[in-house]
Amino acid sequence: MSKTLFEKIWERHLVDTLADGTSQLYIDRLYCHEVTSPQAFAGLRERGLRPFRPEKIFCMPDHNIPTLRQDQPIVDPVSRNQVETLERNARDFGLSYFGMMHPQNGIIHVVGPENGLTLPGMTVVCGDSHTSTHGAMGCIAFGIGTSEVEMTLATQCLMQRKPKLMRISVDGRLKAGVTAKDIALYIISQMTTGGATGYFVEYAGEAIRALSMEERLTVCNLSIEMGARGGMIAPDQTTFDYLKDKPYAPKGAELEKAMAWWKTLYSDEDAVFDKEIRYRAEDIEPWITYGTNPGMGMGINDRIPPLESIPEAGRASFGKALEYMGFQAGQQIVGHPVDYVFLGSCTNGRVEDFRAFAAFVKGHRKADNVTAWLVPGSWKVYGQLKAEGIDRVLEDAGFELRQPGCSACLAMNEDKVPAGKYAVSTSNRNFEGRQGPGARTLLASPLVAAAAAVTGRITDPRTMGQA
Amino acid sequence: MKEKLTILTSTCVPLPLDNIDTDQIIPARFLKATTRQGFGDNLFRDWRYDKDGNLNPDFVLNQGVYKGSILVAGKNFGSGSSREHAAWAVAGYGFRVVVSTFFADIFRNNALNNGILPLVVSPEFSAELFESLRQDPATTVTVDLPAQTVCNNRTGRCEHFEINEFKKNCLMNGLDDIDYLLANKDKIEAYERQW
Repeated sequence: MSKTLFEKIWERHLVDTLADGTSQLYIDRLYCHEVTSPQAFAGLRERGLRPFRPEKIFCMPDHNIPTLRQDQPIVDPVSRNQVETLERNARDFGLSYFGMMHPQNGIIHVVGPENGLTLPGMTVVCGDSHTSTHGAMGCIAFGIGTSEVEMTLATQCLMQRKPKLMRISVDGRLKAGVTAKDIALYIISQMTTGGATGYFVEYAGEAIRALSMEERLTVCNLSIEMGARGGMIAPDQTTFDYLKDKPYAPKGAELEKAMAWWKTLYSDEDAVFDKEIRYRAEDIEPWITYGTNPGMGMGINDRIPPLESIPEAGRASFGKALEYMGFQAGQQIVGHPVDYVFLGSCTNGRVEDFRAFAAFVKGHRKADNVTAWLVPGSWKVYGQLKAEGIDRVLEDAGFELRQPGCSACLAMNEDKVPAGKYAVSTSNRNFEGRQGPGARTLLASPLVAAAAAVTGRITDPRTMGQA
Repeated sequence: MKEKLTILTSTCVPLPLDNIDTDQIIPARFLKATTRQGFGDNLFRDWRYDKDGNLNPDFVLNQGVYKGSILVAGKNFGSGSSREHAAWAVAGYGFRVVVSTFFADIFRNNALNNGILPLVVSPEFSAELFESLRQDPATTVTVDLPAQTVCNNRTGRCEHFEINEFKKNCLMNGLDDIDYLLANKDKIEAYERQW
């Protein structure tokens, strides 16, 4: 029988299926960070249990950590306690731990793929909604709550309902100046912020196939922002080449055995999805959000929709969002002043994102009215940027590299955007208060962020002749 | 053992906004605790309090008009971050049921794992309930989990709601998934031997 990519992996991980259809799913990889794991470890202790398969679990702090002076203890005592609690839990239970300043530390969704800890065909979970990122490697990866972290620690299994399946194809080729981030933001705008709820998405089509591994990670990362349980892309030569030199990826005979399985991981030609959607790459512009959920986005030169175009039931939420953002319905926002620029996060904190940003700002200067935070996704990314001399290009243009972490994406550390200020951010969420109480976030690609950083305004990068 | 849920009749708190994300339910800066307690104090923090920490008199939880253990929200409640702290905040404040036309997947699981019923109703039921609550804040709703029905007691409109048997059983008996999984360890080990 024909199967989808998702079904091939799901079925191989079924331990049991209950009469009502609930699946007991085996989990190959659990990642833990400091914010969503302490209560899970506490629960384990209360029940007198230890992790069932400690070798499958990797822990690292990323949400709370400062992006300057990581060699010093964390100043905020509450953040410090959370990070130290993770370290203690990892040590007490014999789990791998990449602490602050460890060469493999960074944002979990950057660290997992770049070390080959996430592999095709796996089931991957973490107490973090952006676990969807890992699906780009050709695996089933999804975010879970803390109770589910505890279940995975205790039994390496989760009780799950099989989601509905959706395939989103992007046909054709992207225009110049349009990036993977724009593909994702465009799709979310079409789907709306809750439009894929209940579904697991497979991305396909020429424009997706043409993406590099890092670009695919960006696309899958944002799956959750339309409500999808996860997103995935069938592994291919791009995936296999990416994994070649990764420390935890299988080598030799083990690799051959793995490849035999990985090469079967695609949706069969006549596989059936619950929903199929197609978009054309040529319709996608550099995208930017104007509201307070990631589905409230538009082409950078477009106008915010007029109130009349919004269905009656949604007008209160729409009006509340625009009031928070300080925008009017029908307004064009290109040219609007910008106060902050954030390059980083599990969405756009990889080497290619920094290369693109640096190539754009080379020969320009950071605008005086802009505070820019450039935060690599991991120490590996940081090291690569230094090795390529990208740090010097950035410094020459008036920017500085900070140290890795989640940073201003959710502002759990000191990197908070002040109330009322506008931030062009390469991260994933523009919710009210996400980047600090009262902060106004405009989600966009690293290129749009670079254009904003040097002009001090929302600027179409293509008008600067470099994109 | 968690608190059991079977039949509940309560007044409701309406929050007629769509896409209420978990950053609104509990902002990230309040996620630094290492226990499950105390999150109810910061439920909807930035809507409930102004930037100086004073109560916002315009917010429904501060008006004293609407009370009860049922929260009625617009569509796509609990979108965004996977933080279970959102479910702990909802439960900590005293809600046992959240009514919406649909829930974000991760929040739905988190709610169920904390003895909260994420109750999916039709758009018609939702619209009528918001209207009932607007007209009469004393409107009550009855949730019958064993029968899987929900009733607006002002209008008499009742409807069936879906929940899978496994989770229904967990909620009604105060059990959680770990109890089940631990009882099935032999199956897990048998699965591992296959590969």
